[in-house]
Amino acid sequence: MKFITANFDQYDGKDIQAYIGLDGFSGLKKAIEMGPLATIEEVKESGLQGRGGAEYPTGRKIEQARIEKAERKFVICNADEGEPGTFKDRELIKKDIYQLIEGMIIVAYCANANEGVIYCREEYDWMHEHICTSILKCKEMGYLGINILDTGFSFEISLFSGAGSYVCGEGFAMCESMEGKSGRPRSKPPYVKQEGYLNYPTLVINVETLSAITAIMKFGTSNFTDLGTPDCPGTKVISISGKVNKPGVYEVPFGKTLEEIIALAEGVKGDKRIGFVQIGGASGGILPESALKTQFTYRELKSKQVSVGSGAIVVADEDDNILDYLENVGQFFIHESCGKCVPCREGNRQLEILLGKFKHKTATIDDVKMYKDILDMMSEASLCGSGRTEPVPFKTAFTYFEDAFALGGSHEIL
Amino acid sequence: MKYCNVTIDGVKINVPDDMMILDAAKQAGIIVPTLCHLKGISATGACRVCIVETGGGKVQTACSFPVAEGMMVKTNTPKIREMRKTILEMIIANHNAECTTCVRSQSCELQSLAMIYGIEDSHFKKKFNQEPVDMSSATIVRDQSKCILCGRCVSVCNGVQNIGALGFIGRSIDMHVGLAYEHQLSESTCINCGQCIVNCPVGALKERDYLSEVQLALDDPTFTVVVQTAPAVRAALGEVFGLPMGTPVTGKMVASLKRLGFDYVFDTDFAADVCIMEEGTELLNRIRAGAHLPMITSCSPGWVKYAETFYPELLPHMSSCKSPQNMMGALLKSHFAEIKGIDPAKMIVVSVMPCTAKKFEVERQELEVDGIRDVDFSITTRELGRLIKKAGIDFKYLNDEKFDDFYGDSTGSAVIFGATGGVMEAALRTVADIINGNDLKEIEYTVVRGIQGVKEAKVQVTPDFTAKIAVAHGGKNMHYVMDKLAKGELSDYHFIELMACPGGCVNGGGQPIVDAKAKMHIDLRVERAKALYHEDSNILHYRKSHHNPSVMKLYETYLDAPNSHKAHHLLHTSYQRRD
Amino acid sequence: MVETRVIDGILGAYQNDAVNLLQILLKVQSVEPKNYVSEEVAMYVANHLDIPISRVYEVVTYFAALSHKPQGKHVIQICNTTVCQLNGFNEVLKWFKDALKINPGETTADGLFSMKLTPCIGACDISPAIKIGTNVYGNLTKEKVEEILSELRGAIS
Repeated sequence: MKFITANFDQYDGKDIQAYIGLDGFSGLKKAIEMGPLATIEEVKESGLQGRGGAEYPTGRKIEQARIEKAERKFVICNADEGEPGTFKDRELIKKDIYQLIEGMIIVAYCANANEGVIYCREEYDWMHEHICTSILKCKEMGYLGINILDTGFSFEISLFSGAGSYVCGEGFAMCESMEGKSGRPRSKPPYVKQEGYLNYPTLVINVETLSAITAIMKFGTSNFTDLGTPDCPGTKVISISGKVNKPGVYEVPFGKTLEEIIALAEGVKGDKRIGFVQIGGASGGILPESALKTQFTYRELKSKQVSVGSGAIVVADEDDNILDYLENVGQFFIHESCGKCVPCREGNRQLEILLGKFKHKTATIDDVKMYKDILDMMSEASLCGSGRTEPVPFKTAFTYFEDAFALGGSHEIL
Repeated sequence: MKYCNVTIDGVKINVPDDMMILDAAKQAGIIVPTLCHLKGISATGACRVCIVETGGGKVQTACSFPVAEGMMVKTNTPKIREMRKTILEMIIANHNAECTTCVRSQSCELQSLAMIYGIEDSHFKKKFNQEPVDMSSATIVRDQSKCILCGRCVSVCNGVQNIGALGFIGRSIDMHVGLAYEHQLSESTCINCGQCIVNCPVGALKERDYLSEVQLALDDPTFTVVVQTAPAVRAALGEVFGLPMGTPVTGKMVASLKRLGFDYVFDTDFAADVCIMEEGTELLNRIRAGAHLPMITSCSPGWVKYAETFYPELLPHMSSCKSPQNMMGALLKSHFAEIKGIDPAKMIVVSVMPCTAKKFEVERQELEVDGIRDVDFSITTRELGRLIKKAGIDFKYLNDEKFDDFYGDSTGSAVIFGATGGVMEAALRTVADIINGNDLKEIEYTVVRGIQGVKEAKVQVTPDFTAKIAVAHGGKNMHYVMDKLAKGELSDYHFIELMACPGGCVNGGGQPIVDAKAKMHIDLRVERAKALYHEDSNILHYRKSHHNPSVMKLYETYLDAPNSHKAHHLLHTSYQRRD
Repeated sequence: MVETRVIDGILGAYQNDAVNLLQILLKVQSVEPKNYVSEEVAMYVANHLDIPISRVYEVVTYFAALSHKPQGKHVIQICNTTVCQLNGFNEVLKWFKDALKINPGETTADGLFSMKLTPCIGACDISPAIKIGTNVYGNLTKEKVEEILSELRGAIS
């Protein structure tokens, strides 16, 4: 199944001539021919939604950015892939960076932005040179710089390195880190698209989304929407790992069941049964084996209280302990919380204590209420999207694995 | 300005469409609770206490979310109450609540919220910062166990005062407020202005308390204990006893100090007059020599430390005059001691100041004469309030009493400078008089090109000499002025008055702490100044310091003349590089 | 302290602009043999960018890739998030602890190795994984760990 990942292993990922030989930059040329408004319509028609986890309709996002009037406008490629279990952007950068850059140019052209940044996580610093070299090659060939392909449109891209903060994958926190401050989200409004980097309109788009835009322009929208399901067209690049035999990156059409996707990874190691599965990253929902016939679409997953998120699927087997796993998820949130708002900072702090009680079978009925209160409060009152989605794994684990949360503490009724 | 119709808790109002829900709610008669919010300084949405429902199941923070046409806001639904309670309980779990003995008890914003929302105890496990209390500084004490990470002190130190000593460190549950590289306060660029204290909602920041030392002195019959009070203290002391802001309480203040056992009670204003004589003469000398201009006032110790730290190469511009507090102390321990036959070594001088930086000032090694410290202890308005209460003095019912005078005549030293720029203006009058006997008319200030807090004026002192002057308050404005001075852009100015606290001494770091919610709707400076204007209009006015009989007598009988050798020995000082 | 002209070079490459503080600090740390941003260096950077040192320290202590304390020449980052935990993190940690005789957060006495736990580095398909400098190592076994360490030790002569 190759649409967004069509070029994978078709060239060395570095040779720009080889990329051009694979119809590289034809998407950009088509966009220029059609003009920005028609291109935006194409993207809208494809039904493409943000692939970083926010799921915002991409066409509309670019359209809104185009409307913003300012002296400077930025397109930032969000290559800060920090969701545990996610490594698809890594592959898209390593194996087909020119597709990504082409996507950035198309978006910038449509949105009237002249400055681009690839914000790449520090953990991928082994690819930073590759990114810079590729940008230079594009510039040499006239796809970046002044007056690209005689359109009068200019666009430059630079690399900005992350520094080990998951929260910087969020638009505002990212802008803060690029402004020489600690990476903490800001209150909205104003929104990033209005006042983002240096208070200029800023479009933050995920690696996979940008790559998909190029592929859609290159192969045509209908070829994209022919895949998937009528209510959820197209494909998604999945990262699957955990207790599977062949972990890796797989592009699948929407609509495949979770079971079918796990089969692509050649099933569970040691032929064990599946214990539970986490979908979409650390703040993704946790599902039991019984839910594996669920189709992988936005709507179907939502009906199970789970989201597509980053498209990560982590598989645990029957011997893995759900509470240990949750504790680990909680530790991740504690490590990554920016600390600014009370719900996330204090909520995660208290959740760790509660999980310890559940693990040691010393929790009381009051603890269960506290658990739910914390999660409800975090879902609604946290400052940023990260804080608001962190409760999901804790909630779904409780919904589907309530037995694991057995009480044992004394609740004195005198 | 576009307006829109908004409904808050069923009340329909019409407000500008860029107004935050918090302000709109006030107009609808609703006080949405806040904690990390500081009007005009900090609305980061960190504490989430001010959450409200904005329709469609959405929850937003009222402090940072604007209204919109047709918005239906609900501030008091069961869901909001439940979430707000959880949030407050979490904050309390992260706070070392020592309410019984905490200096902020009854003025603590967290305590007040807990009471309003009926939070008896937090169900959550107590986990708060275990850092030891930082008592390294002579002025400010930091207790991180009580810090609720609201960020108000950081916003004030950085955004308002432009100092940046305090900052957030780390992230997540390890996040804390502190100094770079975990230094203690005394090892940082802190200028001791205390603005962090008066903006902290809880007891995480407070002044170094010297009441035990003062009480020891008062209890010791072998010591003569003298107290002096600054003008801004009397402008705010009444608030400690529940009197409305701006109530004049000078007479009661003097009476309570006498009852506390101070042997003599002086008005620092007398020394302000002396300071004017010295500073005016110094200015004249500089103008004649054409050197080290503009001259900058030196009475704000926060400003002095700021200059020593950030602009040490510009220190020659600083007036060599001690501040009125220290001039007073020096004169008390020399001239006054002689008059009364007191051994200076057995005299303790205490000052009551609206200021925390004065505590640092009294410990400066330069501020002593022949081995005798000018001033022994400086306490804040807040500390005086506590001392009076502890002694059981019923402040509100006291009869007015008068200050003591060096020469037994209490009519002398009563010139009150209410307006900012007071010391400087008076100095100019002295200069004008010395040059040609001219009485200056009212000086009219204009705001410096829209920069709030910086004013300038041109004053025609003589037919052929016009003085160019400027006045600025607050860290940001000090920085603005000094930056220009460093670039050589102010060489045509003669005299500049700089004060570290925004709004001047009435808003000093030692003044009674006003709740952030109250500060949203009143201007402290305007309200407190009312007490000073009242004084001003009721008391004999000396518009020229050198016509103050006591001041005249001081120079005639003791100091000879301003800037004399004796005057220099007692009343002038030097500065150090602290960069 | 690292030579000031090296720091000046880095500052200049980023236009002496405080908005680039994060990039500047990453580079400054990378040229420091002990892999950290010392107080001296932080002060130098702060002065040249005209920002308070508290801002520099705030950024250094916020981001996991920056350190305000000296580290070893080689910082061994062991991923301890979900997938690596499922696939043998505990063993990997034990192998390193046994080989180096230090705990996470510590540095060996010879200053060669520091060990620290890190959240997901995006190498889940080869978990359990670690990162040392710009090298990512996965599918670890006890032998591989020993091989990696001796290679790094041998590289320093």
